[in-house]
Amino acid sequence: MKKLVILGAGTAGTMMLNKLYKKLPKQEWEIIIIDKDPNHYYQPGFLFVPFGIYSKEEIVKPKAKFFPKGIQAIWDEVEKVGPKEQRVYLKSHPPIDYDLLLIATGCTPDPEETPGLQGKYWQKDIFSFYDYEGACLLADRLAEWEGGELVINIADMPIKCPPAPLEFAFLAEAFFTEKGLRDKVNVTFVTPMSGAFTKPVASRMLEGLLSERNIKVEADFYLERVDNDKKCIVSYDDREIPFDLLVTIPVNKGATLVGDSDLGDDDLHYAETDKETLQSKKYPNIFVLGDATDLPASKAGAVAHFEGEVLTDNIMDFLAGRPLSARFDGHSNCFIETGYGKASVIDFNYDVQPLPGKFPIPGIGPLSLLGITRINHWGKLAFKWAYWNMLLKGRSFPISTHMSMAGKKREEELEEA
Amino acid sequence: MSEVLIAGKAVQVNEEGYLTDMEQWDEAVACEIAEELNIVLGPKHMEVIHYLRQQCQTGKTLNIRRIGKSGVVDIKSFYKLFPGGPLKNASKIAGIPKPASCI
Repeated sequence: MKKLVILGAGTAGTMMLNKLYKKLPKQEWEIIIIDKDPNHYYQPGFLFVPFGIYSKEEIVKPKAKFFPKGIQAIWDEVEKVGPKEQRVYLKSHPPIDYDLLLIATGCTPDPEETPGLQGKYWQKDIFSFYDYEGACLLADRLAEWEGGELVINIADMPIKCPPAPLEFAFLAEAFFTEKGLRDKVNVTFVTPMSGAFTKPVASRMLEGLLSERNIKVEADFYLERVDNDKKCIVSYDDREIPFDLLVTIPVNKGATLVGDSDLGDDDLHYAETDKETLQSKKYPNIFVLGDATDLPASKAGAVAHFEGEVLTDNIMDFLAGRPLSARFDGHSNCFIETGYGKASVIDFNYDVQPLPGKFPIPGIGPLSLLGITRINHWGKLAFKWAYWNMLLKGRSFPISTHMSMAGKKREEELEEA
Repeated sequence: MSEVLIAGKAVQVNEEGYLTDMEQWDEAVACEIAEELNIVLGPKHMEVIHYLRQQCQTGKTLNIRRIGKSGVVDIKSFYKLFPGGPLKNASKIAGIPKPASCI
């Protein structure tokens, strides 16, 4: 029996498990999936938990519930991969040999990277909503908060789900307005990028929302430390922004084992991956997908989904000894909540920035790319069902793997208009 | 996208003034873009700019942290060399795309 080992049973790993279980001949292949946490979190839901839109219970289910029957799951921490000896070393189990390895170990915010972030205000007036515990604690704090300076800060790029911090700002603004507290709250969005929006067409179409909602933007702010005495965040060029409540998006890092196993960079631990074939740049029998890669694509579930289609084809090619035939184009799409029961939608790839149009059916929709509509918001809420019932199980969506220009307005058309 | 003359050379730029083809770049182009940003380029600026171009060629996503750990320049000095927004300004001068998020 040959062995396929999948590291990580999050969105990407679970989806690939289901896809490959159907493809690989059962008499030839044994599949083992390894993860340290038996709970699966619906991560897009973390954004809604602080505002009481989703309850804590709605977004957690046992990971094993999404595995095919008869799959061997090991709940343990992976310490290291030995790519040369084709072996995975675990913390509390004996090592496991593999013929084919899939790395889907994701990325995680690491507040320890920023001096002072985990000081006396950590989880009292400083919160990260990118994990279950943090999102729940922030919900409790927001429910009782009486107002002041609300600062939302991205410590560094890249981050998981890049629009989420901005969505948080929009939802917070709406939350305090609906609570009758808006005049007591200043909302400031602080980013290391050149602005809250960085793509020209999206900027033109959506930037007006920020002034409309009176959300201040502090751009090009690269976080150096948190000053706990002055209760402010400090940038490398010595700008200080005081806060009463800080919602931080800490530095995101890949799994330490990636850096420790000669698979990628030893600083942020992202695995060096071919951006089109998804094969490890270092070892041909290792493939990588989802947030764990160093691809210049968004770190998001939609990306993992589109990568999954490409990866399945390429793995079948690889096992048959054929050249890898499928190419990932960087396709991603996501909903962007804008508050007050409305949302926007973007669809893009490595080369094409988000453009306006109708999606997924050209000319019809029902979603409006770069529009701000109620239907988009309902789409975001409906996605939770699709995530649990389709995406994780590796089922196909009625959206093509490669980004399509059909239904989109081209940049040239927009310039002429 | 439009064609403009920079340092006497016809180059393609996007609507924000970033070169769309990094091969159209040379040091004279860099100096003129820098001038518009009120930066006079010295040897250290050039060292950083060449490093950014080389990183960009390898397909790596640039971020300030990686530049800070490169041994070429630390983050505080990077801000001093290219005040305001070091990565976006240095990228513009280096003839490479503006660092961007997905929207």
